[in-house]
Amino acid sequence: MSEAPNGRSRFPLTAVPGDKVVWTAEDLRDRDPARELGEAGEYPFTRGPYPTMYRGKVWTMRMFSGFGTARDTNERFKYLLEHGQTGLSVAFDMPTLMGYDSDHARSKGEVGREGVAVCTLEDMETLFRDIPLAEVSTSMTINSTAAILLAFYLAAAERQGVPAEKLRGTIQNDILKEYIAQKEWIFPPLPSMRIITDMMAFCADRVPKWNTVSVSGYHIREAGSTAVQELAYTLMDGFTYVEFGIQAGLPVDRFAPRLSFFFNSHMNFFEEIAKFRAARRIWARRMKERYGAKNPESWRLRFHTQTAGCSLTAQQPENNIVRTAVEALAAVLGGTQSLHTNSMDEALALPTEHAVKVALRTQQILAHETGLTEAVDPLGGSYFIEDLTDRMEAEAEKIFAEIESRGGMIPAVEQGYPQLEIAKASYRFQKDVEEEKYLVVGVNAHREDGERPIPTLRIDPRVERDQVEGVRRFKAARDGTAAARASEAVRAAARDDSNLMPRILAAVKAGVTMGEIVDVLKAEFGEWREPPVYW
Amino acid sequence: MTPTASRKFRVIVAKPGLDGHDRGAKVVAAALRDAGFEVIYTGLHQTCETIVNAALQEDADAICVSILSGAHMTVFPEILELMGKQGMKDVLLCGGGIIPQEDAEELGRRGVGRIFGPGTDTREIVRYLEDEIPRRRPGVA
Amino acid sequence: MALAGEVLQGGFLALGKAISLVENGLPEGRRVLDAVAHRVGGALRIGITGPPGVGKSTAVDEISAVYRARGEKLAVIAVDPTSPFTGGALLGDRVRMVKTSESDQVFVRSMASRGVAGGLARAAQDAADLLDAAGRSVILFETVGVGQSEIEVSAATDCVIVMLSPESGDGVQAMKSGLLEIADLIVINKADRGGAERLEHDLRTAFELGLRSRRDVPILLAEAARGKGIPEIAAAADAFVAAGRASGRFQERRRRNLEARIRRIAEHLVQQDLWGSNGAEGRLRAAAERVLAREQSPYQGAEQVLKESGR
Repeated sequence: MSEAPNGRSRFPLTAVPGDKVVWTAEDLRDRDPARELGEAGEYPFTRGPYPTMYRGKVWTMRMFSGFGTARDTNERFKYLLEHGQTGLSVAFDMPTLMGYDSDHARSKGEVGREGVAVCTLEDMETLFRDIPLAEVSTSMTINSTAAILLAFYLAAAERQGVPAEKLRGTIQNDILKEYIAQKEWIFPPLPSMRIITDMMAFCADRVPKWNTVSVSGYHIREAGSTAVQELAYTLMDGFTYVEFGIQAGLPVDRFAPRLSFFFNSHMNFFEEIAKFRAARRIWARRMKERYGAKNPESWRLRFHTQTAGCSLTAQQPENNIVRTAVEALAAVLGGTQSLHTNSMDEALALPTEHAVKVALRTQQILAHETGLTEAVDPLGGSYFIEDLTDRMEAEAEKIFAEIESRGGMIPAVEQGYPQLEIAKASYRFQKDVEEEKYLVVGVNAHREDGERPIPTLRIDPRVERDQVEGVRRFKAARDGTAAARASEAVRAAARDDSNLMPRILAAVKAGVTMGEIVDVLKAEFGEWREPPVYW
Repeated sequence: MTPTASRKFRVIVAKPGLDGHDRGAKVVAAALRDAGFEVIYTGLHQTCETIVNAALQEDADAICVSILSGAHMTVFPEILELMGKQGMKDVLLCGGGIIPQEDAEELGRRGVGRIFGPGTDTREIVRYLEDEIPRRRPGVA
Repeated sequence: MALAGEVLQGGFLALGKAISLVENGLPEGRRVLDAVAHRVGGALRIGITGPPGVGKSTAVDEISAVYRARGEKLAVIAVDPTSPFTGGALLGDRVRMVKTSESDQVFVRSMASRGVAGGLARAAQDAADLLDAAGRSVILFETVGVGQSEIEVSAATDCVIVMLSPESGDGVQAMKSGLLEIADLIVINKADRGGAERLEHDLRTAFELGLRSRRDVPILLAEAARGKGIPEIAAAADAFVAAGRASGRFQERRRRNLEARIRRIAEHLVQQDLWGSNGAEGRLRAAAERVLAREQSPYQGAEQVLKESGR
């Protein structure tokens, strides 16, 4: 079909009756604006985490990137910084995410394809060559191997002469959403939580400007969840980290300020804005009232946003520029602290230089040409937005109750509950598209036949060869005895419950590779197998 | 040709390698089930050996591989080779995910069936399998 | 017959295809079964059944590892329900048996119930015969069991293990649904969860009060996911089989099961013959017309149909 049908696709808003068309003061009649809304920068932060928001500081333009070898990505980093990107964000390849060195049998065909391969300290140093780590903030999207990659970064910074106390950045380190959605796991939940609390304690002391967990909803949404599932599962994951941190003996105000969040920004424009605002309010309330946090930093939810990869189409890819712009707009109106905008070709491959530049320019246009930055929470007080925010919060609370009735997020994951809900939601969505209840331009509306493919990024097979050779050379050149000793020290720490980070840091400096450290930990902690879920 | 009450189409939906994106594979598995197929979903992180082994024992009519990690030019040929070694000459190998058109064409030349990209209607996949499977395995129905 | 020969040699390709033939009810499948009949009977057949979610697949995975370690040649037939609405099925047991499916030595076949009311597909027994003839020494059947249909599992096997777990009132359900009557062994899985001992107590009480015949059925505790209690399950199954062989009950059960199976096949063949022959539909319609016209009772009509069909 090449023409849109007469009917419009219904755009279901969370918990809103289908026939409601207009919002008025009536809808906000029973609310107490002082309690629900507050001011930006004040509890409960509905309007934003900071009083002046973008007037004080524009959101960080942080484009996720990584592919090929460390040298290739280093060049892409420099390109982006030259073109005005204000923070770095690293994407790692599948073997690095899953704990395999590039020369491992299971890495065959996967090296450098979805991100950059980093197995050794040398790789990390190459990745940031000529990039002053004291001046840029870096976000690393890594989870099950986060401790090791952080150790690489700290060691690389040290070699640049930058002390850990000065380093700014974020490490994703959110294992719970891996079990739920992204599925890049290694160890089972409890040992993984132990690694995370070790990192929280270590960073609170030694890397105080570092965000130790980026509690993520992005991937949950990409896996096919609804907006409210994204909101609820993410916050529930966050609460779980807080509980484990407290159980590990850390005072909540010591580590909570360094938890940050990462949300998706999808196409249902106003609902997304409401979602971001509801997230801040829910987090602030629970942190204060349930976990007894006293430091406002602990109540203040800060987040990074990425526009929705799953909303991009392979058909008529230039349309994706528009989708990304709309989603970026929602993120800014929702008060995001940093933003990644997808490139138009990302339904097909990793982005070309040209495509990623357009995505970056999208943010720059929003920041400089639209006046978006001039008022704090411009939609605050809108009957529609405030009502949607309230409804989102109420629906999220229902999901919290369900998860809590199952014993919490970890038991829920072991039961396969969020995984099943997401699989159901994604199937429903597919059916809605196929039944034309939800229209996607280029896919089931305004289709065009005979489209010519646009040029996309190709990963050169030499990448894998070079990387594998590099790892082998590195291992051959290191002091094998020192490395073996350092590995054993990691094993001992895993067994005796002392903090893993110092030993991992020592190991990476002694030349132990990422995969080798993972193998040591696997032997102690075991491996996770997901409960298969069917409906 | 839709399967009769006694003849069912049996399909393996497979996730090879380290790729953890299973949204599409699960949606396709459910859609095939709803179209009357018997579907065996392998789960994540499978090796090519276990996938082909499963297809062999289950006497699958088709193996549908989902890959979004870029490793398709390694995985598909490896599966084809293993299928050849096991004598599985009439079994259809097809798939989907993030696979550039030129790669899909090259794989087609090597003996892989259709590759379905993002935005594919699952009904198209069903129709394809219903047409292609009896063509390759006429004796079985 | 070439395929039969390949099956007897144990080749997985041939076995896979032969099982499909019998599943689809094709004449060639029948011929293979006839051709390999002289080699059927050596395999031990063990059924594992129970409500959904108790951990059967995990237990099968672990139990098969125990058997494999002692050199048995394993096969697993896992039955899942066909959707009554779509006719399709998501066969999800294979993915749960991680160790087993990673080994290329175990033959695992997933079967959909295909509309058979019970938990065990008709063709599963035929498939087991093929696997038996191919040299498999132990065949594990895994099915979902919630009720009377589980008589089928008992009729297809030498030993039935019923698995329960302390959650969600499995014990009460099992007692109500008749599942316990066919159990030769009861396993309470997820024994680390609260309620395992209570369930065991409830079961023993039920046996004392009502199911006296089941009083000697062993009740074992296990945590399949951690591999706990698994060797004991295998040992209990061994003991049951050994006792059966010694007392003659083993052979007696096989004979009884085969009688039931042959009876069913014979009845099916008669039906097929009666309704498959030329003019059968016409004879039936004519009989209905006669009854409508008040010329005959339905019984006379049926007798006439039989006479006209040459019976």
